[in-house]
Amino acid sequence: MPNDGSNNKKMSIIVTKGTLDWAYPPFILATTAAAMDVDVTMFFTFYGLQLLKKDLGHLQISTLGNPGMEMPMMGMHMTMPNIVSAIPGVDAMASSMMRSLIKKKGVASIPELRDMAVESDIKIVGCQMTLDLFEWGPELMIPEMELGGAATYMSGALESDINLFI
Amino acid sequence: MATQTLDTKGMNCPLPILKTKKAIKGLGAGETLEVLSTDPGSVKDFEAFCKSTGNKLMESTEDGGVFRYLIEKP
Repeated sequence: MPNDGSNNKKMSIIVTKGTLDWAYPPFILATTAAAMDVDVTMFFTFYGLQLLKKDLGHLQISTLGNPGMEMPMMGMHMTMPNIVSAIPGVDAMASSMMRSLIKKKGVASIPELRDMAVESDIKIVGCQMTLDLFEWGPELMIPEMELGGAATYMSGALESDINLFI
Repeated sequence: MATQTLDTKGMNCPLPILKTKKAIKGLGAGETLEVLSTDPGSVKDFEAFCKSTGNKLMESTEDGGVFRYLIEKP
C-alpha cells in the first residue's frame, strides 16, 4: 500500500449541526480519515455552518430534550429535566461544564480539531444558500472555506467511498 | 531504539493518531516512531491505523497503564 498520503479512498461528510457536542463526530472522523490517507471533503450546511465561524467561543450544548446526556456532577450522573433546561443560562452553564470536562479528559477542543482539519488539507465547503439565508457574510467565516452548493457536494459524493450525513 | 518518541499520555481519541500521523510524516523510510499512550482504545486504533496506511506496527505492549507502540515507516 502506498504511503504517499493517498490511498485513493475518498470520504464526504455533510455537517448539519452547530452545537458543541455535535461538532465532534464530523471533525473526529474527518481528521482521522485524513490521517489514514483518505481524501476528505466536509460540506457544511444550515446550523453546521456555525462550525466555520472564525470564533467558536459561542458553541453550546443544549440540554433540552436530551435525556441521553448525563454529565458527571457532584459524584453522580445528572440528567437535566426539560423544565430546568428552559431556564435562561442553563445551556451556558452546561456548556461551560462540558468544556471543562473536555479539557480535563484530554479530549481535543473543536478549534484544535478544526485547525488539524485545515492542516491536513481537508476540503471545507460552505453552503452558499445557507450563508444567504442567515445573512452571514464571508468575513465571519474562516478563509479556508470554499463556497458551493448541492451539485458541488454531489459531484464529490458520487466519487466517494464513504458519504456521511451528520 | 526508536528514531523518535511521541508522548501522547493523557490525550484522548483521536489525538494520539493525529499526532502520530504528523510525526510519521517527518520520518524517513525505515525509520521508527515510538508512541506512548494512556488511552485503552488506542490498542485497536493503532492496529487499524497501521493497516490502512501501510505503516508497520512492529510492537504493541502495555506496562502499568501505558501503551507503547513501535511503528516503522515503509
